[in-house]
This record gives sequence, C-alpha cells and structure tokens, in this order.
Amino acid sequence: MTAIEYPRLGEKVFRRRLDNGLEVAVVSKPHYAKSYAMFAVRYGGMDLRFQLDGIWRDTPAGIAHYLEHKMFDTEEGNALQELAKNGAVDNAFTSNSVTAYYVQCTEKFYENLRILLRFVSVPYFTQESVEKEQGIIAQEIRMVEDDPDWQVYRNLMTCLYAGSPVRVPVAGTVESIRRITPQTLYDCHKAFYTPANMTLVCVGDLDPERVAAEAEAILPRQSGPDVLRDYGQEEGREPAEREARMGMEVSMPLFLAGYKCSPQAGGEPLLRQSIIGDMACDVLFGESSPLYTRLYQEGVINSSLGGNFDMLPGASYLYVGGETKEPRRVFEEITAQAKRLGEGGISEEFYQQVRRASYGGMIRSLNSFENIAISLVDGRFRGYDAYRFPEVFETVTKADVEAFLREEVTAGHAAISLVEPLG
Amino acid sequence: MTRQMLMENVYFTYIPSEKFKTSLLSAQLAVPLRRETAAQNALLVNVLSRGTARCPDMASLNRELDMLYGAHLGPAVRKRGENQVVGFTATCIDDRFLPPGEQLLEKLTGLLGDMLCDPAAEGGRLVEAYVDSERANLADLIRSDVNDKRSYANRRLVEAMCAGEPFGVSRMGSLEDVECITRDGLDSHYHTLLAQGRLELFYCGSAPEGRVLEALSAAFARLPRQGGLEPGPTVCRPAPEAVRVVDEEMDVTQGKLCVGYRTMSSDEYATMLMETMFGGFSSSKLFLNVREKLSLCYYASSAYQRQKGLLTVSSGIAFENYSRALEAIEAQLEAIRQGEWEEWELQGARSSLLSGLRSIEDSAWALEDFVISKAVAGSSETISELMEGIEAVTGERIQEAAKAVRPDTVYFLKGKEGRA
Repeated sequence: MTAIEYPRLGEKVFRRRLDNGLEVAVVSKPHYAKSYAMFAVRYGGMDLRFQLDGIWRDTPAGIAHYLEHKMFDTEEGNALQELAKNGAVDNAFTSNSVTAYYVQCTEKFYENLRILLRFVSVPYFTQESVEKEQGIIAQEIRMVEDDPDWQVYRNLMTCLYAGSPVRVPVAGTVESIRRITPQTLYDCHKAFYTPANMTLVCVGDLDPERVAAEAEAILPRQSGPDVLRDYGQEEGREPAEREARMGMEVSMPLFLAGYKCSPQAGGEPLLRQSIIGDMACDVLFGESSPLYTRLYQEGVINSSLGGNFDMLPGASYLYVGGETKEPRRVFEEITAQAKRLGEGGISEEFYQQVRRASYGGMIRSLNSFENIAISLVDGRFRGYDAYRFPEVFETVTKADVEAFLREEVTAGHAAISLVEPLG
Repeated sequence: MTRQMLMENVYFTYIPSEKFKTSLLSAQLAVPLRRETAAQNALLVNVLSRGTARCPDMASLNRELDMLYGAHLGPAVRKRGENQVVGFTATCIDDRFLPPGEQLLEKLTGLLGDMLCDPAAEGGRLVEAYVDSERANLADLIRSDVNDKRSYANRRLVEAMCAGEPFGVSRMGSLEDVECITRDGLDSHYHTLLAQGRLELFYCGSAPEGRVLEALSAAFARLPRQGGLEPGPTVCRPAPEAVRVVDEEMDVTQGKLCVGYRTMSSDEYATMLMETMFGGFSSSKLFLNVREKLSLCYYASSAYQRQKGLLTVSSGIAFENYSRALEAIEAQLEAIRQGEWEEWELQGARSSLLSGLRSIEDSAWALEDFVISKAVAGSSETISELMEGIEAVTGERIQEAAKAVRPDTVYFLKGKEGRA
C-alpha cells in the first residue's frame, strides 16, 4: 500500500489498486475504538439498461435496491446474523448511482471484513427467497410513499427530467419489483459486482497491508468486462414540467424547487464544480445569507429551509426546499436573488465570510467515518481524490460562483414540487 | 475526564481529546420535566439563540459564527428520564486547521456565555418579535411531528401510556402550552431559570483544562446564582391491570403498531441485555422472526428507557396484519421468559451493547450526551462500570428480567376506512 499524507487535513490514507482492478483505501485513525469498512459498487437505481454478453438488457425499476437486500443471503444462512454475533453494526444503501455495504465494529474487524467481502461477492438466490423479499420491499416502498420528503423529491425529479432514469424511484414500485427473478439478479450481479467496478474503503486504527491481503484472498482474481450503460439521450436544460402538486397528511405545505444544471463529466473538474455548487447554495439561501435572514425574520420560512447541489450520471441539479405557508413566493424570491447575485455580483465581504464557513464545514465533516467513506467512494467512482478538497477549494473564485448562479440557477431551468395538506 | 463545581449548582466536565477535528462546548440547564414549564423552557432557548446583546440579530450572529470558520452554536432540547435539559451546544474546528496564531475557543465560549446570560433585549426584556416568531416556529414544529409517522406513533404511545406522569410530557411541551406563552411571562421565566437552574458545562477537545476554565469563567462570570432548582428523580410505575388500547386513523398507506411495556425488574443490566436481544439490535428476535421469518412488517424494533422503566416496541405493518403482528411481538417476549434463544443471540446482543458503549468515546457528541444524562440522573456510573455490569449478566437473570415485563398500552395508527 502507498501512504499519502494530507497535512492540511491531518489525515493519512493508504491506497492500492489490486491486480483484479479493485481500488482499496485505508484511512488511518489512531486512537479510535471503532473501525469501519465500506464496500461499494458503481451501480444504482439509474442503471436500468446495460449491455451484458453483447446483448442490451432492460431491467425492472428497483432491481439494484432489490439486489442489495438479497446479497445478505448466503448459502449457509444470512450474513447479517454472522456479523451480529460479533456485535457489528452493518447496513447497506442504494442511491441513484451507488450501492454500498458497510460494517462498523469495535472488535474482530478482520473477521467482519471477510464476511463483508464474501457476502457481497458471492451471490446466492433462490426462487423462494426472492419471492419472500417482495413482501418486505413492498412494505418499504409503502413506508416511503407516506414520507412527504420522499414524495416531494420524487415529483420534482419527474418535473425536471423527461426521460432520464433519475426519474425512477430507486426502490422501484410494488408493480415493477414483481418482475424480478433470481436470474435477473444473477445477471445484474455478474455485470456490475466485479472488482474493477467496486471499491473498498476502510477507516480506523488498522493494518493497511492486512486489509489488502484479505481482499486479495477472497475476491475474484479477475474482473469482468466494463459494462456499457444507457441513460437515454442527454436532455436539454428545459424541465419536462414546471410544477407538481400532491396532497398528503402534513401540517404545513412543503416544497422543493429544482434548477436543472449542465451535466458534468468526471475528474477533478467535477469536484471543483461540486464545491462551486455548494458555495452557490450557501450565498443564495444559506443560514447567513441575506435572503434566508430576511425570510426567516418575516416568518415566511423556518429552519427547515435548505438545499444542495447534486451531480449524477447525465443529470445535475440544484435543489432547495422546506416547509412554508408561501412556497411559490419563496421559490420566486430565491430565483430572483440568484439572478441578482449572478448579474450584480456577490459582495466581497460576504463571499469571504461564506468561504471561511464553508472551509470549516468541510473539515468538520471528517469527524464522521461514514462521511469519509462516502466521499472517498464518490471520488473513486468519479475519478478524483476527495481529500484534495483544500487545494481545489482554493482555486474557486467569487466569479465562478457568480457565473454558476447566472447560468445554472435560472427561472428558465426551474421547476417546483409541492406537497400540500389535505382538505 | 474531570468534573468540578464552578459555582453554586454549576458543574463543569472536561474531556481532553486530540482525535477530533473539532472542539465541542456545551451549556445545559437541567430541571424537572413539568407540563407548566416544558414549553417555556423549549421556547426560551430558541428565542435566546436569535441574538445576543453584542450580535442582536441573525445576520450579525451568523456572520460572527461564519468568521469563526463556520462554528456552530445552536439550541438543544432534551428529555432525560423525567427531567428536561435545555441549552446550547457549540463546535468549532480545532486550532491546528487554522492559520497560525488564530484561536477560536475564547471567542466561541464568549458567544456561548452571551447567548445564555446576555441576550438581545429591548427595554431590559426579551425581544417581542423574537418571542412571536419562535413561538410560531415551535408550534409549527410540534404540528409537523405528524409528518414522520414513525416518530409520531412512538410519541403518541408514550403520551397515552404515561398520561398524568411527567414522562408523558413531550420534550417540546404541548401545542396549547406553547401558544399561550407571552413575552413578559417568558422573560420572567428566563430570569428564574437562569438564576436557579442546575447548569452543566462540558468541553471535549484538544485545549488544556486551564485554558477552557479561564474562558468559561470569563464567559459565565455574569451568571446570577440564587441556587435551588435541582433535577428531580424519575418515578417508575407499574402497568395497569388491563392493557390500554389506543387506535388512531389517518390517511396513510402503512400502519404503525407500537406496544409499551413496564419493566418492573431492579436488575437494569439484565433488562438492558434482555431488551437488546428482544428488539434492540440488528439480529434481534423481533427482526429475525417478525420481519424476516414471518414477513409481517418492514421494521420492528424496541427501545429501553432505563431510568423510567419503559420498554417500547415500534413497527410498521400492513393494516390487516395487526393481530398477527401483535401476537408475534408478544411471542418473542414470551420466548425470552422461557429461556428460548440460541447461544449466538445472547452473544450478539451482548457484543452489540458493549460495542455501542465502547464507541461512545469515538464521538464528542456521544460523550456529551452520556455525561449530561448521567449528571441529570445523579448517577456516577462510568462507561466501564456499565460494560462490566453487562458482561456479568447471566441467562437466568435475563429470564427473570423478562418475566418482570408487563404490557401497558397498545397503540395502532391505521388507514382511513375504505383505503386498504
């Protein structure tokens, strides 16, 4: 393993690319009792159409998430149970573009790591177990359908995008998951769960060589071919719809506005663009921004107002939302403020203030093992070193943020999703 | 770790640590949880966080925090046993990530002291506009609890189960109580609380104790002290003769079934382990049987309120599975009473509890919560004592603890008629 020091962050990372193509990173954290391992696949809810053995396949919505649930089954029983015996906390998540499995424990780390590597790399599905999972996932889908935050996001995506698979809910629908069979799960595993399309990040007071050796001993010697994926035609920046409304059991209206931004390729420019997008959010509607302060004092918004800049394969968007009795007014004010700041400029003093706070926030996020693992996984899958953020951060200028606001956060590229109280 | 009394009814806990990127400071007032004051206490910290005499509005306050490299300073409202803990937590990045010579601790401590002792004022009283706006926000927050059906159902269970007991009061107080708070009433409550409430101060970070003490002494020199209001005891009650059943209807697609029990055993370590095996870890009986084996629900887990002697079960189910799920939950508890478990279940539950305790020292926030909770409960129990206690629990003790568990209340949130 090669050690890389990041003196500005007080961090040290050991990295190596194994012969089978798997990238391994071990983040050294002396004096911590807990250790953490995340084993991630570049495969998520958006990866519905892909080529395997020379044939294009269309898979049912929700399959990546379904596969995540079923991976815990092993021929001997269930990996959850094996990990639980050791007092390990384990879980998994599927996002639009990533599936990740993780384990956190304070003892028997290498044993737990072996269990993790094994159950994620060796599929075992039966007709019976696949059918049984449908009941469990159908309940999970129903549960999120009762979640207003989930609905408001889902509806925003269908407003912003006409054809991109980002419109499709990661867990699929109760109907779509009925079409999943053991064979489709095996096919998806074969296509995506291959070392070169995965990464292993461990965080803790660990022996990096041993981590690499365990991965080498357990995982396949070779990777399968790189899989071609199809996210559909690249979309223009015009939203498919301008507004979506839905009634739910909520106490106050909830809104989420989205601005459809230019999609980004990978590499360090993507890290830079994500920093610019985050800074744009801070100056536009962050807690110390003039707009937030004014709307809060007028009683129009509460502390739930917030948002972020997201970048997915072929789809980038900035979103902002929260609870308010006047969602349309807040949306209009934010759009107008973006135009004002983009065209008229951000005050130098305010920009420096936000810049400081933003730097502190990035340092702060390194307290969390989970944040560390997720940011290194994202960096690996998109081709940049996430720990180089202080260097990249320094290259971002006020003019960059102004240009972003002017070009990306505009009325012409915006849509709003509303969840309103019933009755 | 050290703990000392700084002034009358003011204590300071110091934990040195170099491993975090940030320092954590906390100032918490701990008082008995009472319906008459819960809403006032919760509202008060939100009003105080709007501004200090020196930084009297959001813009100037947030500017100050941004300039301290994105320091955070915000209100916290907790319920610990039958006590309410309200105050502020503050964090800033460690000096080693700052340009040479910059120091944040003194400035942040000053701001924390100002927030508690020297708030923004008009005519010597709290600012009316802040009281009005935070009262509306708090009322909205309480109303919005219904948005998350899982936590809503859990709260409704505890309210029904502990109606008439202080524990039945929610940490934010009730909507009715929030709505009738006036500026003058809150201002007078503020002065009483500030002068009489127990104040717990906490620091975890890389600064030496002397430096933190000096900063705190300067920041809290103005704190008035007329002693007196200590956190109170938490009273455990037995379950009623007949189980209470509460149903509620709402326009939802998934039902929420919650069951509340009273744990009548004085063997708390055994009860902790029993509860973990029952529903408190990832391979608990509730998870493995009610979810995995019977597919009756998407989630099913339990929680143990040790001080109050409450064991609660929370699950999400299809409406038609109500009776089967309820039976299955009871059956898991009965299995433990009968000693029916595999060796690995106990081993897993024990390792999971111990691992959770060991990890507390890996988070300044977890340390703060542990220290404050213990202080409020008047307990000097340490993490290692807790771990030793858990290690020593035997199977028989677990069975005995399970036998002392009595059902109290069943709460069911179901869909409106006509909607499956």
